[in-house]
Amino acid sequence: MSARDDIIGGIRSGLGRPALSEAAKGGLAARVAAHRRNLVPARAASLDAAGQVRLFVTMAQAVQTTVVRIASDREAPAEIARYLAAENLPAELRIAPDPALDELPWAERPLLTVRRGKAEAGDAVSLTPCLAAVAETGTLMLTSGEATPTTLNFLPDTHIVMLRASQVVASYEDGWDLLRTRGALPRTVNFITGPSRTGDIEQKIELGAHGPRRLHVILIDDAKTGRRK
Amino acid sequence: MDPTSRAFIENAHAGLANPVLRRALGIAGTGFPARRSEAIARLPEFEALRDAGKAIKDHTIAHLDFYLELYEKNVAAAGGVVHWARDAAEARAAVLEICRSVDAKIVTKGKSMVAEEIALNDHLEKNGITPVETDLGEYIIQLRHEPPSHIIAPAIHLMKEQVTEAFRAAHTDLDPDRAITEAPQLCAEARAVLRPKFLAADVGITGANFLVAETGSSIIVTNEGNGDLTQTLPKVHIVVASLEKIVPTLEDAATLLRLLARSATGQEFSSYTTMSTGPRRKDDVDGPEQYHVVLVDNGRSAMIGGEFQEMLRCLRCAACLNHCPVYTAIGGHAYGWVYPGPMGAVLTPALIGVAEAGHLPNASSFCGRCESVCPVKIPLPKMMRHWRERQFAQRQVAPVYRSGLKLWAWVAQRPALYHALVEIKARLLGWLGARRGRFRTLPLAGGWTEQRDMPAPEGRSFHALWAERQRTCQRETGQ
Repeated sequence: MSARDDIIGGIRSGLGRPALSEAAKGGLAARVAAHRRNLVPARAASLDAAGQVRLFVTMAQAVQTTVVRIASDREAPAEIARYLAAENLPAELRIAPDPALDELPWAERPLLTVRRGKAEAGDAVSLTPCLAAVAETGTLMLTSGEATPTTLNFLPDTHIVMLRASQVVASYEDGWDLLRTRGALPRTVNFITGPSRTGDIEQKIELGAHGPRRLHVILIDDAKTGRRK
Repeated sequence: MDPTSRAFIENAHAGLANPVLRRALGIAGTGFPARRSEAIARLPEFEALRDAGKAIKDHTIAHLDFYLELYEKNVAAAGGVVHWARDAAEARAAVLEICRSVDAKIVTKGKSMVAEEIALNDHLEKNGITPVETDLGEYIIQLRHEPPSHIIAPAIHLMKEQVTEAFRAAHTDLDPDRAITEAPQLCAEARAVLRPKFLAADVGITGANFLVAETGSSIIVTNEGNGDLTQTLPKVHIVVASLEKIVPTLEDAATLLRLLARSATGQEFSSYTTMSTGPRRKDDVDGPEQYHVVLVDNGRSAMIGGEFQEMLRCLRCAACLNHCPVYTAIGGHAYGWVYPGPMGAVLTPALIGVAEAGHLPNASSFCGRCESVCPVKIPLPKMMRHWRERQFAQRQVAPVYRSGLKLWAWVAQRPALYHALVEIKARLLGWLGARRGRFRTLPLAGGWTEQRDMPAPEGRSFHALWAERQRTCQRETGQ
């Protein structure tokens, strides 16, 4: 008997029943397919779109994410240059190989070295887009893909994320729904809530354990259209 | 690891006598509970979420065969492989075989309690593969060749001085005069030392907080980002997880995630919650080429349908450890195996046998804090009582206790005799202790008087005083 059959058999004998009937299996499959939500806290769901963006910012800042708001993504290169200088970081950027990022006016910032691709060991700063942001806990939601390698989220010391206000959703469940509309799941979905940290030495929180020491969100205030609450 | 749970009493005494441990546990025993209660105060729905979490886990266990089969099907559909392991030996063999298939030399590891349970590191080392723990706490205890003392904060028994000592002893290629006395310096050194290991590893092994049947995904919850580097950079990602980690849907996972971080560290959400589904896709430029899940039973399926089934709801958040007056006094090593505290007192006898771990369910004052903070409402005290009953039934209780308990039960079932004997005892002890007001030693109660004095009774039993009071009241009210 295979280990699998042994284990499944042991579970059934513990439950005191044979394999489920086709009808019972159908009922469970329907429960899975329904994607029914359990209780979702009112904290974010009760707010309108602008309130959710404000809540995202508050929650993100509470866990040491820094947030700067700009009016248009065209301002991003200038803002990134300003941020790197202010933080005394090298003017070098590894950007996600995403056509939308390529189109930003990088030429206006000739002193900024911009390379695209996955992260390499020596990269100090990365710039990535994200799929969404969850207002409830100030959490960014990033997915892996051809244009969004996961290493960019973890290897560099500083991770900068471009987020549009229209991408802010209330809950993780809203994030799952968004993911499902995009077809097959990506290899990795990263929920990121603040920079890397550890409390393993005397319970004192230190930032930058293994992942980024800094998480910086560039929030683009695009108007939300056709979406209420 | 070989259990030392039989030596629990000696281990606990050693813990109480260890000044470093006392200081370290003092920090842990106040910090975690305070942060947890602040986080819960910010979420009015927390109590309702506990009920929802309990319902999800109960539903899943009641249909575990269905959800495991669905999970396996969806892992395969995403290009991954599930390896079923009846016990620790099969799980170790499955991991080793995968490592050998890619000729692995270095294996990085995210924190996994199941990997501790199956003693994976020793097995890899014996077979010429170097396992590198990458969670800071796990790395520290790996350098010190000791087991974790807490399920989410493995090095919680140490102060920074011991970490400095361990790093100086291990990192001999670094400047011996470097300053590493403070936590930021120690963290920076661990980061610098481990970064090349992440990049060099052939295989990355993580645990899983949840396995999602709907999608065939594994979810890990971490703060350091080590789990993500572990599972993203090497060619192969192996997930080692026990089978009760299954949840039906992403929505169910979301509900349990809301409970987990708050109960564990008092965070709203951990820094990194990562869901992985299969190996890298055709167009991906990074990520592992292979994705394996070693699904470990090791005693869990035998808990289904019995008195300990509810233990399979456990999320491994450690709230019960952090709130336990026994755990926070003696530390995790005293429990002698992988799982300490109240959850360990219930789970360990189920996994390694009550003959081996019989002391653990007895190390409780039944204050009930563990159950009151459990995010999925596991009745831990009730289950510890079940173990005690089973020990008694299996004649694992020492003859003197057995006969004592039997005698007490016989007397307690005869109220008149019981009251008379108590009255005699109270009068006798009251008379003997009248002068000092306390006893320094008492026959048959050495365990009590070893640490503190026994106050002398006033001379009357409670029942006698109560009866007298009732009579007085009746006279005064004229009834």
